[in-house]
Amino acid sequence: MFVSGGERVAGAGSMSAAAAPPPAATGEPVHITIRGLSKRFGDVVIYDNFDLDIPRGRFISVFGPNGCGKSTLINLIAGLTPIDAGSILFGGKTLKQTKIGYVFQNYREALFPWLRSIENIEYPLKLMKMPKGERDAKVERLVQHLGVKIDLARYPYELSGGQMQLVSIMRALIVEPEVLFLDEPFSALDYEMTLFMREQLQRIFLETGTTMVLVSHDLEEAVYLADRVLLLSRRPARIADYAVADIARPRSDATLSDPAFVHLKGHCLEVFQREVRRA
Amino acid sequence: MNRQSFLPAVGVGVLVAVWYALVWVKIVDPVLLPSPGATFAALVKGMAGGPLLKDFLRTVERTGYAIAIATVIAVPIGILLGSHEKLYRSVEFIVDFFRSTPASALFPLFLVIFGVGDRTKVLVGAFAAALGILFNVAYGVMHARKTRLLAARVMGASPMRVLTDVMLLESLPQTFVGLRNGVSIALVIVVVAEMFIGSTDGLGHAVFESQQLFQMPEMYAAIFAAGALGYGLNLAFLLIEKRFVHWSGK
Repeated sequence: MFVSGGERVAGAGSMSAAAAPPPAATGEPVHITIRGLSKRFGDVVIYDNFDLDIPRGRFISVFGPNGCGKSTLINLIAGLTPIDAGSILFGGKTLKQTKIGYVFQNYREALFPWLRSIENIEYPLKLMKMPKGERDAKVERLVQHLGVKIDLARYPYELSGGQMQLVSIMRALIVEPEVLFLDEPFSALDYEMTLFMREQLQRIFLETGTTMVLVSHDLEEAVYLADRVLLLSRRPARIADYAVADIARPRSDATLSDPAFVHLKGHCLEVFQREVRRA
Repeated sequence: MNRQSFLPAVGVGVLVAVWYALVWVKIVDPVLLPSPGATFAALVKGMAGGPLLKDFLRTVERTGYAIAIATVIAVPIGILLGSHEKLYRSVEFIVDFFRSTPASALFPLFLVIFGVGDRTKVLVGAFAAALGILFNVAYGVMHARKTRLLAARVMGASPMRVLTDVMLLESLPQTFVGLRNGVSIALVIVVVAEMFIGSTDGLGHAVFESQQLFQMPEMYAAIFAAGALGYGLNLAFLLIEKRFVHWSGK
């Protein structure tokens, strides 16, 4: 499972490498390489010379104090926010040469209400000028693959919140992206739906093997889904920890009481609180 | 059927009853206030192939032209201004100023330029409607949901595709607000113009002429016809909006 001799995963915030514990090197192939990333909004420095490696085919959860730049990180990687300095490469390729998917927190505002759900899912393929027949076949395959039971002829506003978010995840997956970014995708859903959607997302991850980067404000969710949990410090954000979640998949309700899970969650909480208290 | 749906009829019933009562107790001079029956008879007689129908259709025609011209001019400009915020900010004051200027104050100017014919009536109406439409279209484009624009961009849509696939559709509900406002303003202006500027037909002319001749039932009939037209136009736009902008408010 682990490729030995691959590129080392290494990436402490270089400006304060001494203060931050070095992220665990797992020897996995690197997918996204971030070097010297800097970003400021006005006078506020969010990232200053930030380095990070994201392993291929892994699920990375990003967690940290409020306003530390969790969402900004994936927005910078996904090109939604321009970077001030630094480089971000996807297996050596630029963003333009890479297919990515992005799932927004606000599914209601991210979907196009004038299109039916199926047309929403097909839209990225339409942008790629794929003929109608192929588009339909592709959506059909994805629906089968994921076992989705939603009436996709409906308009998004006729669906429930969870169904809408599932449609926007499908819209992100239809192009078979190399990386899927998810910005707090379940935080607008009720708890029951959140649990259900977690399972759906885990299934999609296991079936597709897509590299996924999830921003979450729910530590349980972050640890539950992750192969590695990226803990950020207060801004300017450094890597506070980049913990490996060595917990068997598929995970289930039983995972929540698994000692490895409990221990990792406790550890992440400790790191988080240390960072929150840091003035 | 909804049990509440008879409620609007209650208001109408009360109004007619009060009207009959006023006529019956002769509080108002019967010459100034004919009975509802006489008024309704004048309305039916006028609209069933009588002169009122011709006036009604002329007003519909002028208002239709006014709103069509306003739409053709204001929608593209509104989109252009809305998608270039700096450009919009630089003309915002001018738009707001003339939007706030009573269009009737421009009659003399338009008369000098376009003469006393139909053109002036239609164009003043179009001018008044256009600014309201333009403002609403630009506003709708500018306030397109940011998440939706980002979503289109991250899926690889070019700036042109973002404009045509997202911004335009995002602005449609607001555009319809502008169109409904515009059609009301255009009707007001057209009717006023028909009253004064050398007119020989139209609802405004019908109201004014029957007043001059003291044909009160005919005057009230023309007023009601104008009211029905305004209400009908608004309703028509609402129905069109419901049909084509099904996501509005959802």
